[in-house]
Amino acid sequence: MRESRLKLTAGFTTLLIISVMFIVPFVWLLRSSVMDLSQIFIMPPQWIPKPFHFENFKEAMTVVPFGAFFKNTLIIVAGVLIGTVVSSTIAAFGFSRIKWKGRDMVFAILMSAMMLPGAVTLIPSFLGWKELGFYDTFYPLILPSYFGGGMFNIFLLRQFYMSIPQDFDEAAVVDGATYFQIYWRILLPLSRSAVIVVALFTFLGSWNDFMGPLIYLKSDSRFTLALGLQMFQGSYNAQWDLLMAASTAVVLPCVLVFLVGQRFFLEGITLTGLKG
Amino acid sequence: MEMTAKDVQPAGTRARNKFSKREKKALFYGLLFTAPAIIGFIIFTLGPMIASLYLSLTDYNVFKDTTHFIGLDNYTKLFSGEDDLFYKSLGTTFYFVILRVPAVIIISFFLAILLNMNLKGRSLFRTIIYLPSIVPAVASSMIWLWLMNPDLGLLNTVLEWLHLPTSSWLFGEGSVIPSVVLTTLWGIGGTVIIFLAGLSGVPKSYYEAIDVDGGGWYSKLRHITIPMLTPTIFFNTIMTIIGSFQVFSEAYILTQGGPNNKSLFFVFYLWRTAFRDTEMGYASALAWVLFVIIMIFTVLIFKTSKSWVHYEGER
Repeated sequence: MRESRLKLTAGFTTLLIISVMFIVPFVWLLRSSVMDLSQIFIMPPQWIPKPFHFENFKEAMTVVPFGAFFKNTLIIVAGVLIGTVVSSTIAAFGFSRIKWKGRDMVFAILMSAMMLPGAVTLIPSFLGWKELGFYDTFYPLILPSYFGGGMFNIFLLRQFYMSIPQDFDEAAVVDGATYFQIYWRILLPLSRSAVIVVALFTFLGSWNDFMGPLIYLKSDSRFTLALGLQMFQGSYNAQWDLLMAASTAVVLPCVLVFLVGQRFFLEGITLTGLKG
Repeated sequence: MEMTAKDVQPAGTRARNKFSKREKKALFYGLLFTAPAIIGFIIFTLGPMIASLYLSLTDYNVFKDTTHFIGLDNYTKLFSGEDDLFYKSLGTTFYFVILRVPAVIIISFFLAILLNMNLKGRSLFRTIIYLPSIVPAVASSMIWLWLMNPDLGLLNTVLEWLHLPTSSWLFGEGSVIPSVVLTTLWGIGGTVIIFLAGLSGVPKSYYEAIDVDGGGWYSKLRHITIPMLTPTIFFNTIMTIIGSFQVFSEAYILTQGGPNNKSLFFVFYLWRTAFRDTEMGYASALAWVLFVIIMIFTVLIFKTSKSWVHYEGER
C-alpha cells in the first residue's frame, strides 16, 4: 500500500507525542525515586536530580521489610508458575489431542468460568480456605493453579496444540507410544513458545496480584510486594521519595521480564485475540 | 489413525469392537488428562458459585453465632433503597464503565492504526505503548497518586505552567471518576495489541481497490478497516466491559471509595461489606447482582453483534 509522505509524517508525530505521554510517568517515577524531599518540592520541577539520592532505595528497604516481601512473592510466584505450566499443558492436551466423547461440551462449560466475575466465588472460597485452616498461609494463592492453571491458559495452549498436525501423534501411536509419551516427547517440545507465553503471563499475573494477598494474608511477615507497597503507602504517605523508590523496586522485575520475553508477549496476545 | 486400524483389521464385528475399545481408552485418557481442570472447575468455580447463591439468602456474619435463612431479604434490602450505598456504588460503576469503555476502544483502535503504519521506529513505539500495561496495579496507582497530587503533582504543575485551571483530580467529587479512568488508560497496551493483530489480517488488496477508486483515508477507514475489524472490536468491547465492572485494586489504592463515596466502586463496596463489615451473606447478594449485570451486558452485546459484526465467510 502506498502511503503519502504527509500522512506518514502526521502519523509519526502523533505517535511520538503519545509515546512521550506514555513514558513521562516512568520518568517521573524514576526521577522522584532518587531525589530527597527538598528536591521534590522545588518549583519548577527538576527532571534530572542533582545530586542523585540512591540511598532512598536502601532506606525504603529498611523501614519496611521489603526483603521478606520479595521472598514471599518469589515463593508464591514460583509455586503458581510450576502449577500453571504443568497443569494447563496437561489439560490442553486432553482437550485437543485426544478425541473423546463429550470433550467439546466439557470444554465449553469450563470456558464459561472465564466470563464469571471473580467476586461471585470470592466469599465462599475464602470461607472454605479458612475452614481448612489455611487463612494467612500461601496455600490459597498457590494451590488453585494446580487444578487446570486457569481456563485462559488452557484456551491459549489448546489453540496452539490444534495447529500442530495430528500426523505426529498418529505416527507415535503406531510405534506404541502412550498418550503421556506423546504429550511429553512431542507436544511439549513443539509448543515451547506457547508455554513461554503462558509462563510470562502467569508470572505477571501472580506478581501483580493484589486482591488475593489482601484477602488471604494477615500477618505482615507473610505479605507480598504488592501488599507491602500498599502498606508502605499507608504509613509513609507524604514520603514521595521513598514511596517512589519502593514502587520502582516493584515495577523493575516486571519490566525486565517483559523486555527479555517481549517477542513472546506480542505473539501470545495475538494468539488469544485472533481466533477467539 | 482410522486408516491404519482398517488396514490391520479388514472388516466385520471384530474391527468395530476394537474401535469401541479404543474409544473407551480415549475417553479414559481424555478424562484423566483433563481431570485436574474439571475438578478445579467444580471446587473453585461451580461449588463456590452455588455456595454464594445460598449465602446470599442468609444473614451470615462472621461475628454472629447464628445464621438464619432469610429468603430474598438481602435482595429486598438492596433494591428497596434501604441501603443507599448500593445504588450509589452501582451508579458510580456504571458511570465509570460508560466513560471508560468507549475511551479504551476508540483510543486503542486509533493507536493500533498508527502502529500499523509503515513508520520508522515502529517496534520501539509498540514497546512503549505496551509497557505500562505490565506495571502492577498497585505500583501504577502509586505513580498516578503522585502525578495527580493536587499541590505538587506533575499534572497540576504543567497546567499551572500553561496558565490553565488546575484540578483536584482524585480528591474532587466531580473529577474523581474521570481521573481514575485516565489512570487506567495508561494500561491499554493489551487492547492495542489485539487490534493490531486484527489489522494485520486485513488484506492490502482491499485498500488498493479504494486507491483505484480514488477514495481517501476516510473511505478506507469507513468501508474497510472498521467493518473488517468488527470481530476484534466485539471481542475487545466485551473484555473491557467485564474488566471495567470489576475494577478493584485501583479503587482500593487510589481513593478507598472517597471523596464522600463518590468513587465507591461496586467490587470495592462488596469487599468492604464482606471483609471489613464481615456481612458475608449480604455481600454475596451484591456479588450475584454484579454477576447478573455482567451477564445481561454480555448477552446484549452478543445479541446485537449479529447486526454489526461482519465475519468473513471462511473464518
